[in-house]
Amino acid sequence: MTPLPGLGTQQEFTTDSGRRIGVITYRDGRMELIVSDPRDPDKICAATDLTGEETNTLANLLGAPQLVRQLSEQQREVTGVTTWQLPLPPGSPFDGRTLGETEMRTRTSVSIVAVIRDGSVLPSPRPDFVFAAGDLVVVVGTAEGLRAAGEIMENG
Amino acid sequence: MQHTAVTLIELGAVFFGLGVLGRLAWRIGISPIPLYLLGGLAFGQGGLIPLGGIQPFTEIASEIGVVLLLLLLGLEYSAGELVTGLRRSWMAGLVDVVLNASPGAVIALLLGWGPIGAIALAGVTYISSSGIVAKVLGDLGRLGNRETPVVLSILVFEDLAMAIYLPILTALLAGVGFVGGLGAVGVSVLVITLVLLLALRYGRYVSALVDSPDPEVFLLRLLGAALLVAGVASQLQVSAAVGAFLLGIAISGSTAANATRTLAPLRDLFAAVFFVVFGLNTDPSEIPPVLPFALLLALLTTITKLATGWFAASSQGVRRMGRARAGAALVARGEFSIVIAGLAVGSGAVSGELAALSTTYVLLMAVLGPVAARVVEPAAQRLVTLRPAAKR
Repeated sequence: MTPLPGLGTQQEFTTDSGRRIGVITYRDGRMELIVSDPRDPDKICAATDLTGEETNTLANLLGAPQLVRQLSEQQREVTGVTTWQLPLPPGSPFDGRTLGETEMRTRTSVSIVAVIRDGSVLPSPRPDFVFAAGDLVVVVGTAEGLRAAGEIMENG
Repeated sequence: MQHTAVTLIELGAVFFGLGVLGRLAWRIGISPIPLYLLGGLAFGQGGLIPLGGIQPFTEIASEIGVVLLLLLLGLEYSAGELVTGLRRSWMAGLVDVVLNASPGAVIALLLGWGPIGAIALAGVTYISSSGIVAKVLGDLGRLGNRETPVVLSILVFEDLAMAIYLPILTALLAGVGFVGGLGAVGVSVLVITLVLLLALRYGRYVSALVDSPDPEVFLLRLLGAALLVAGVASQLQVSAAVGAFLLGIAISGSTAANATRTLAPLRDLFAAVFFVVFGLNTDPSEIPPVLPFALLLALLTTITKLATGWFAASSQGVRRMGRARAGAALVARGEFSIVIAGLAVGSGAVSGELAALSTTYVLLMAVLGPVAARVVEPAAQRLVTLRPAAKR
């Protein structure tokens, strides 16, 4: 953490490609995301103010795939069970319909454990959860069941 | 016309004029300080439109302006930041002092202003304008750059140096001589250490003393405390400005943030008066003879600040372009140079030419600083591309 006297603090790390990515936290609580210039790592080439909500969204966008990976790793020990992320494509019959209407569990014995929407993870959605095109549905089940589930999400 | 009416009309005209100048300044991307100084020059003795009626007000208002400038400077930093800043940058800070104070001292001696004049002018050329620098760094989107913490910690060092320097200058100007000056150094170092310790440990009590949820009460307590401390400090020959600065450091946390928000408009008003008064008291006819020296100083101290920034940034592992940016960011001089010159001239212990030279110098540097910060990258790029061409 680097203090910026009179302004706030700055935290950053350097990526494998040699660019600095960091966050400046101002005294008044404002946050700014900064990315360094590829030609001059000392210089910032992009900076943007983020509200509290936006920092959450960004964290989720980056964290969501990580969540799926973690889930898969946890379930690797249970033989035969896998985690998939199924996209709900535009034009899917379930766009605008509830989770209960898919009858996913009955038809494929696959569980819907989370939905990722606009970068936010919505864990343990209830049967009355309404899907929208673009959702990423995180499902757990057998390989066979998951394939069937993918089919259902796409074609009903 | 009635005396009060004349005063009100003149004061109104001055403030309105300053407002117009300030707008113009930000629009063309420079600090309004040089324009305020020019405004003062125009209205003062020997200027275009001499104003007489506002002196009783402006005299005390400009004193308050200095107190508020330093109080808000102190509020900007917490004691913790000052201590870390000092630890990180003392080396670069010392280089800064040596490189940038010497040109002023040498020129003053050459002009025959004696040791006190030399110390005053050394202060004028040494101190960068933290107001202009911070504004420029923000405007140019450089706050996230690697060299920026370096630049900011040099500013912190300079501000602490001011807290030691101003009492010394005040004592010397009061004619206490060398030994007395040393005494002032001792006293001020002691007081600053005490205040820093106090602020680190018990800052919240000081904050609680002035804090209030009611904005009106808060404003009155703050301003009252600032003027009280400044007055007592002035009586103790520690300089009113330093008293206010130390109070600012002692106030911390959310109280400091609120205090800055509350006092910033007042500071802007009274500081503007201070710059105008400084301009008023400068005789424009004294400027042409000192102009070559001001130009020489401007050139020298631009180079020395560039070198300071270069050195400071390179010791933190910043690359060349970043070093150049750090140096250029520090070039601007402004409010504190005028505070120093104002102290010196106000005491009557130094030649009035110092006012003329300082005004001219700050006029140049306050404009040159932001320009330097802006053009340093393209200029450095051109140098880099020219060099291989020259070899061929």
